Amino acid sequence: MGAQFIETTMHTPVMLSRVADSLYWMSRYLERAKHTARLLNVHFDLMLDQPHGTAEQYRQYLLASLQLPSDYDKTQDDYSLTRWMALDPDNSNSVRACIGVARENARQVREQISSEMWEQMNQIFLFVEQVNIDAMWESTPQEFFQNVKTSIHLFQGLADSTMVHGQGWHFIQAGRFMERSIATAALMDVFFCPEHHLAQSTIDDLQVPKYLLWLGLLRSCTAFEAYCKIYTVELEPRSILEFLGLNAEFPHAINFSVQAMRRALQGIADTTQSERSERAYRRASRLHADLQYAQVDEIATNDLHAYFTGIQRQCTGIHDAIYQSYITYPIVADPSVN
Amino acid sequence: MTEKTVFSQQQRMQTHPVDAQPVPVQADEMFQAPFTHYQLSAAYDEMFAAPNQPHSHYTQLYERFHELSMEELERRQLAAERSFLHQGITFTVYNDNRGTERIFPYDLLPRIIPGNEWETIEQGLTQRITAINLFLHDIYHDGLILKDKVVPADLVYSCKHYRPEMKGLDVPKDIYVTVVGTDLIRLPNGEFAVLEDNLRVPSGVSYMLANRRVMKRVFPNVFVNYGVRSIDHYSRTLLASLRMLAADRVEEPTVVLLTPGIYNSAYFEHTFLAREMGIPLVEGRDLVTHNNFVYMRTTSGLKRVDVVYRRIDDDFIDPKVFRADSILGVPGLFEAYRRGNVAVANALGNGVADDKAVYAYGPDIIKYYLNEDAILQNVETYLPDDPKQLSYVIENLDKLVVKAVGESGGYGMLIGPHSTKAEQEEFRTRVIANPRNYIAQPTITLSNTPCFVDGQLEPRHVDLRPFILYGDKINIVPGGLTRVALRRGSLVVNSSQGGGSKDTWVLNS
Repeated sequence: MGAQFIETTMHTPVMLSRVADSLYWMSRYLERAKHTARLLNVHFDLMLDQPHGTAEQYRQYLLASLQLPSDYDKTQDDYSLTRWMALDPDNSNSVRACIGVARENARQVREQISSEMWEQMNQIFLFVEQVNIDAMWESTPQEFFQNVKTSIHLFQGLADSTMVHGQGWHFIQAGRFMERSIATAALMDVFFCPEHHLAQSTIDDLQVPKYLLWLGLLRSCTAFEAYCKIYTVELEPRSILEFLGLNAEFPHAINFSVQAMRRALQGIADTTQSERSERAYRRASRLHADLQYAQVDEIATNDLHAYFTGIQRQCTGIHDAIYQSYITYPIVADPSVN
Repeated sequence: MTEKTVFSQQQRMQTHPVDAQPVPVQADEMFQAPFTHYQLSAAYDEMFAAPNQPHSHYTQLYERFHELSMEELERRQLAAERSFLHQGITFTVYNDNRGTERIFPYDLLPRIIPGNEWETIEQGLTQRITAINLFLHDIYHDGLILKDKVVPADLVYSCKHYRPEMKGLDVPKDIYVTVVGTDLIRLPNGEFAVLEDNLRVPSGVSYMLANRRVMKRVFPNVFVNYGVRSIDHYSRTLLASLRMLAADRVEEPTVVLLTPGIYNSAYFEHTFLAREMGIPLVEGRDLVTHNNFVYMRTTSGLKRVDVVYRRIDDDFIDPKVFRADSILGVPGLFEAYRRGNVAVANALGNGVADDKAVYAYGPDIIKYYLNEDAILQNVETYLPDDPKQLSYVIENLDKLVVKAVGESGGYGMLIGPHSTKAEQEEFRTRVIANPRNYIAQPTITLSNTPCFVDGQLEPRHVDLRPFILYGDKINIVPGGLTRVALRRGSLVVNSSQGGGSKDTWVLNS
């Protein structure tokens, strides 16, 4: 389908495709940095009072969650793992690299975001730039990760409270919840289906108490307290699956995230009013309906790994649809336009 | 070229040594705190008539500063710098391997211009810009000023920035120079003179506006009752000037700001102005041409663009017409412009009028079109292209400032009294090889003003860049960017060469 030529007045805001692209990725990269910071923070925190063997084995889950190979020499101990995942400029997924890319995107759309957001983005960036690994290690890495999380939360809060909730904000929301949906599905896949992610030998002699694993998963989604309010502190895999997968009210649940993404895409479709708009929104609605009406027993009895990878695949499909509809649509000469 | 045009019609100015010795003062004439490290020299001093005697428009500020301790000044200076850093008010430096972004150094003390002096500046600039606009129209149409031999045709046609593509093209509303930044300096006798005009893509206005905002944040009580004229209307006036360039049939014109992108040194300014005016900030890749109209690629489809405020040089704006290797520009933009389907500000080809050799004819250009004498004087300028002047320049390289005509930003420049023999030798060779490419001027001591440097108040040289908008009429916001040469004794104020800036106050009276 070719590009449409539109007639609008000054007062109908339009958004450059490039700007939409930058807002979307700015938001995704911040969410990614926060996710990584949270995983590492939870790991360090949980392992403080665990025997060495347990900590080493839990580490296998952490590496799998971070999508790192278990025999990677840059991540052999906690110090080098922290350096690699927090600060290493050669690692495009490190917290520092993600925040650098987020800021670079923000810089390209500086006039689109509020001054408060821009100043906060700069502060996050300056904070992460000036940290060095030894100082961080000295004071405890938790403090660093906590700071990263808090300052990104502040940025997201500022986005919600200082920016017009128009198209730009919807793209920010879409990016944030796209990233979160994919990350949560991938994380659950590691914990529910370790056989697909961990070396067989590790699983066979796994000494990590089950409750510790489930606690780690819940806390990695900031979900522990919220979970307890509904299901009590009994950590049941079935309940955890239901909560993190299907809950419609908890912001880190996949269902909630997909719903938020769907709303954002609806907002974009409404403001762009282009015939191409429906595509991404419709795909997100379908995935949301699947999650909204799913039964936990039904999911649990089927192939869970296929289920989680299916969700990630559908999210990628939505991402592609966003691109085809709004960002990289082809320009085909329209003879009706002069 | 006749010698007459260069030498006799301009007011001759005395040449001053650069680092003039401080005027010896008696012990009882020493400056009092907090100005204990201050001293007067042969340069005009913006603040002081004599030690401890500020000019009347500085009196109130002087008294305020007496009440403040150095620690307090230091604290506010830091607060200001932090504010710039957190706002990301930075510029990009080329050839700097420490990363590309830097804060533009900011100095705490405002530079104050009394109302009557501003009036002269305003009249002088209005006259000058009116004449320059007529000159550009003439050059690209009938060329009367060339036929009358007031300005040598060779000089114009050999100019690097002369664009034959613009010949016969009627620009919207006959306005070539929508935005101008003219650099003024203050001579030792206290008079202002024009150092150069920036008619292509002048920058710096965002720092003028940001400096004022930071000043208000850091020093609110100094402002009270001072009678400082507001500069807040700049963005509105700029937008109005751009909108009036749109074709009359367009009721609600779409205006965009075209930037080369985040790696450009003035990127902060581009985002700032786009946000202030509420117009889209676009890059070349956001624009497409179709049937000789210009569109931007939006999430809703392609939207027509009526006015492009371009912050990209002529060379890069359209690879189909100018540099073919440009990836910053928009293929087909020039053809759309030529057909009147889109307005571009500033017009292309303006560089011919801010060429440093053409500058020498400024007073003649004003006389020719307006039949008036120039209100603001030029700085005496030697053109080595003329053999007689060449020999003078070659023999006096140690006293002169030599500049490449097509360069800006303080690049390609020799400051004679500050240069080594080797540098002078290098310029001698260059000037002889390509005399048309250089001009020379006497070394002029710029005026001094107190700056807060390393915990004390010291004199530093400044210039002034007011911003002129040509819309329904010529509008000049009362103020400008005061640039400071932060290195002691330095005469180079360009931000790319380690210069800083300060807030500039124009007073009601």
